[in-house]
Amino acid sequence: MSEKIKDRPVQSQMDRRDFLIRSAKAGATVGVAAALGYFLHDPFGPRAPAAKPPTALPNFSVPQAGRKIAIATGSDRIKTVDAAIEALGGMGTFIKKGDRVLIKVNASFASPPSLCATTNPELLAEVTRLCFSAGAASVAVTDSPINDPESCFSLCGVREAALSSGAELIMPEPSLFTDITAPGTTLIRDWPVFTGPFRGATKLIGVSPVKEHNRSGATLSMKNWYGFIGGRRNIFHQNIHTFIKDLAVMITPTIVILDGTFSMVSNGPTGGSLSDLRQTDTMIVSTDQVAADSAGARLLGKTPQELPFIIKAQQAGVGTADFESLKPLRVSTG
Amino acid sequence: MRITTVRRITQAFFFALFLWFCICATLGQSFWRLRGWPVNWFLQLDPLVALGTILTTRTLYAGLIWAVVTVALTAVLGRFFCGWVCPFGTLHHLIGWIGSRARSVRERIAVNRYRGSQRTKYYVLLVLLAPALGGFALSIGNSSTVDPLAIAALLCIAAIAVAASQKADTTIKRPLTVLAGLVIVWVSAGWFLNLDGVASSALMTGLLDPIPLVYRSVNFLILPVADSSVHVIYAAQRHYAGAWLIAAVFFGALALNLVIPRFYCRFVCPLGALYGLLGRYALWRLGKKSAECSQCGLCASRCEGGCDPAGTIRISECVLCLNCLDTCNDNLIGYNAFRSACGETVSPDLSRRGFVTSAIFGMAAVPMLRLNGSLGRNYDPALIRPPGSLPEPDFLDRCIRCGQCARVCPTNVIEPDTMRDGIEGLWTPALNMRAGTSGCQKDCVACGHICPTAAIRPLSLDEKLGLGPFKKAGPIRIGTAFVDRGRCLPWAMNRPCIVCQENCPVSPKAIFVRETFAAVRNGRLEVASVSGTTIFLSRPALKPHRYGTGDFFMAVEAGDISEKRRIVSNSGNSITLESGLSPDLFTAEGRKFMLQIRLQAPEVDPEKCTGCGVCEHECPVSGRRAIRVSAEGESRSRKHSLLLRQS
Repeated sequence: MSEKIKDRPVQSQMDRRDFLIRSAKAGATVGVAAALGYFLHDPFGPRAPAAKPPTALPNFSVPQAGRKIAIATGSDRIKTVDAAIEALGGMGTFIKKGDRVLIKVNASFASPPSLCATTNPELLAEVTRLCFSAGAASVAVTDSPINDPESCFSLCGVREAALSSGAELIMPEPSLFTDITAPGTTLIRDWPVFTGPFRGATKLIGVSPVKEHNRSGATLSMKNWYGFIGGRRNIFHQNIHTFIKDLAVMITPTIVILDGTFSMVSNGPTGGSLSDLRQTDTMIVSTDQVAADSAGARLLGKTPQELPFIIKAQQAGVGTADFESLKPLRVSTG
Repeated sequence: MRITTVRRITQAFFFALFLWFCICATLGQSFWRLRGWPVNWFLQLDPLVALGTILTTRTLYAGLIWAVVTVALTAVLGRFFCGWVCPFGTLHHLIGWIGSRARSVRERIAVNRYRGSQRTKYYVLLVLLAPALGGFALSIGNSSTVDPLAIAALLCIAAIAVAASQKADTTIKRPLTVLAGLVIVWVSAGWFLNLDGVASSALMTGLLDPIPLVYRSVNFLILPVADSSVHVIYAAQRHYAGAWLIAAVFFGALALNLVIPRFYCRFVCPLGALYGLLGRYALWRLGKKSAECSQCGLCASRCEGGCDPAGTIRISECVLCLNCLDTCNDNLIGYNAFRSACGETVSPDLSRRGFVTSAIFGMAAVPMLRLNGSLGRNYDPALIRPPGSLPEPDFLDRCIRCGQCARVCPTNVIEPDTMRDGIEGLWTPALNMRAGTSGCQKDCVACGHICPTAAIRPLSLDEKLGLGPFKKAGPIRIGTAFVDRGRCLPWAMNRPCIVCQENCPVSPKAIFVRETFAAVRNGRLEVASVSGTTIFLSRPALKPHRYGTGDFFMAVEAGDISEKRRIVSNSGNSITLESGLSPDLFTAEGRKFMLQIRLQAPEVDPEKCTGCGVCEHECPVSGRRAIRVSAEGESRSRKHSLLLRQS
C-alpha cells in the first residue's frame, strides 16, 4: 500500500492558530471563487459571429512587364514554353534575384501525366528551372487537389518533377487554410482559402492544362485558381461563372502558362483516355489571365462569348477577352 | 427543535422548491408558468456546471454566477449542499432511510461504515472534468490562440499545486505533482505539435452531475408520466426517445440506496467529490469533543456520508446530515470550530495510480471519441439542434444535458439524443420532427432563453426570423427540408396532397407546387355518345362516384385541338363534365379520351426554408416521412452550407 495517499490523523487542536490557518485557506478559496466569478462573468452569452472584414491577397503582377501574351506553337513543351517566355523578354522580366516563386499547378486528379488532366511534369520542371536561372531564391509548388492529395501529387508526376528540380512541395494541410472574405468578389465570403503558400511568396505563376469542363465550359488558367479554395468548395458550382470571375479578381498572378500541347476535348475535366485528347501544339504565356483564357478557348473550339466567366472577368477589370488587341507574340518552334 | 428536524424541513423545502421550479418551466400566462421563476436556480448553484463551463469557454454565463455562493458556503461550512439542499440527495436520503428501517442497529452500523471505494467518486469527477481540462490546457499551449487570461489561470493552478506540494502537511503532493506534470506535458504537446485536429475540449460532467441528472430525470420521466392523466402541464402526452436510458440511470441510482444508503452520493457523485475538495478548510466541521467515548456506534448507525464519525472522521465524506450529533447519547459530537478529538482525515483516499489513470482516461476520451469524424465530414445530418444552438464543438463545450430546453419546448419537438453524436452527444437536445405536436414553432425562442449555459444562445424573435437589424443575415436556419420524390404522394403515387405546402409557416412559403396532369391508370376510355355535358362510354369501365372529386379531368385530343374539362360526377358508364366539350371533338364514333388527375407536386425553395420541420411533422406519410429536414444549410455551421449565398 505504499502508493496509498493518506493523511496523518490530525490531532485535535483547540488552538487559535489552526483555526486561523484554516480561515485563511477557506478565505482564499472563497476569494478565488469570487475572483473567477467577477472576471469571467458573461451576462449575455455568445452572439452571432460578426462578418469578417475583407482580406486582400498579395498582388503578384510586375507592373513594368505590362500586359502581354505570347503564343508558341510546337509539339515539344520545353521548346514552346522557352520560346514563349523568351518572346515576352525572358523569365528575368518577371523573376528577379531573390524572388520566392509560388507555382500553382493543376494536380486535381490522381491520373498519369499522359492523360493530360493535370499539369505536365516536364513543363513544371522546365518552368522551375527557368525561375531558378532567373535568380529565384526558392520555388514552391502547390495545389489543393480534388482527389486524395498524396495520391494526386504522386501519380500525376508533379511531386517528382517539383522535388527533382529543386522546388518545394506545399501540401494542402488544414492549418494552411484561413477563412477570408476577398474584396471585390461576389461569393468569397468568410470562406476557407489556401493562403498558407502565399506567406513569404513574392511571385506567382499558374501552370495549367487546357480542358473541357461541362459546367463552366472550360478549365483554363483562371479556373485553375479553384485549387486555392478550401472547404466544401463545389458549392460554388451553383454559380460557377461568377465564381471563376471572383477567383480571377482575388488572385493576380505574375504570369499564367496555359499548356495546350494537348487539349482535353471530351470527358473533361477528368479525361481518362488518350482519345479524349487532341493535339493542339500550343503554349500560351501571358501576364493577362483573361487574354490567356480567351486564346486557350480557341483550342477547344470555343469563343470567349461562349464562356461567360471570361466576359465577366473582363467586366470586372481583370483583363481583356480580346487577346488579339494585345498583339500576341507568335513564335513557332517547328 | 432538534437540528435533524431543521435539516429535514430544509431538505423538504428545497425539494419542494425544486419540484415547483420544474413545474413552472412551462410556457404560459398564469402565475405558476414561466413568468420569472428562477427555474434554473439549482443548476446555477451547481459549481460543477460553473467550473466545467469555465474550463471549456473561459466564461461564466449569466446566472451560473450563483455557484460562487455555493462555493463560498461550502468553503466555510463543508458539504452542506449534499445533506441540506441537493434534491437528488434528498431522494437518496429518503429511500435509504426506508431501506434501512428493517435493519438492526448493528446492520446499520455495518452498512454505514466508511468504505475505501468511496474514493471512486473522485475518479468519476476527474474522468468527467479532464476532457474540459485537457482542452483548456491545450488551448493555452496552442500558439495560435494564446490567451493571457488562460496562461494566468494556469500559472495560478501551477503555483497552488507547487505550493501545496511543498508546504502542505498532507500527502496530496504526489497527485498534485502528477497533475501539474500532466498539464505541463499537455501544454507543451499543444505548443510543439499541432493537435487541433484531434484534441479538443468537451463538457462531459452533465452525464453524472446530480443536478442536471435530477432535472433531466424529472423533465423526461417524472413530469411526462405524472402529467399524462391530468394534463395540467402539457395538453398532449410528451414523448422522449432517449427516456429509457435516463430511466435506467435514475431509478438504478435510487434503487442502490436499498443496498447502501446514499449509494450515489458516497460512490458516484462527482459534485459531492468536488464539494469534498472545496470543504477541506471548512471553519466548522463535525467531530468529537473528546476522544474518550463509550464506542456505542450509534452515531455511525445513521451516518449518511459514511464518514466514520466515531473514529478518525473523514471530512471530505461528511454530508452534514448531523444525525451523529443527534444520536450521540453522551453529546460528545458537535459541529465545532476545532478538529475532532479523535483526529480527522481531510484528503480523499486516492491512489496515485488511480488518479493518473482517470486523468489520462478523461483527457484521451475526447480525441478518441472524435476520431469518428462526427464534428467534420462525417457529421450526422439527422442531428438537428434547436434554433440558436452554437456550432457543434462550442455546443458540446456547454451543454450539460439538463433537458430544460426540451422541457420548455411547447411542441415537444426537442428530445434527448441517444447516440447520434456518440456518447459525447448522449442526452443532448436534438429535434425529432415526427414526435411532438408540431415542428419547431416559428415565433418561439424559449429553448435559448431557458438554456442555463447558452449552448443554445438566447435569440431575440427578430434574430430568429431575420427581421429588423437581422434582415441581412436572414432567419436562423436549423436545416433544410428535402422532398423524397419516391415517397411523396403527388410525386410518386399520383395522389393530391400538398399538406406540407399548406403548413409551411414561412412567408412567402418555402414550399411551392408544380401543377401537373397525370394520366389515371387504365384511364384511356372510348366515347359512345355525348349528351350536353355528359359523356357516355362504350362500356361500364368506371367505379361510380370515384372521379367526381374535383381533381379529375377529361382530356381529349383531336388533331391540333386539345381540351380538358373538370369531371363533376361519374357513374359506371358515364361522366359529367363541368362544361361541354366542343362537339367537333366527337365527330368520329369511338373517339378515345384520357382520364387525368390534376396534381400539385411540392418543391422546396432552399432560399426560404428554415428547417423548422412543420412540413415533416405534418406529412401524411406517417412512417418515414416524404419530406424530411436534414442539417444541411443550418445557420450555425458554414461547413454545412447547402446554398451559395451571394453578398
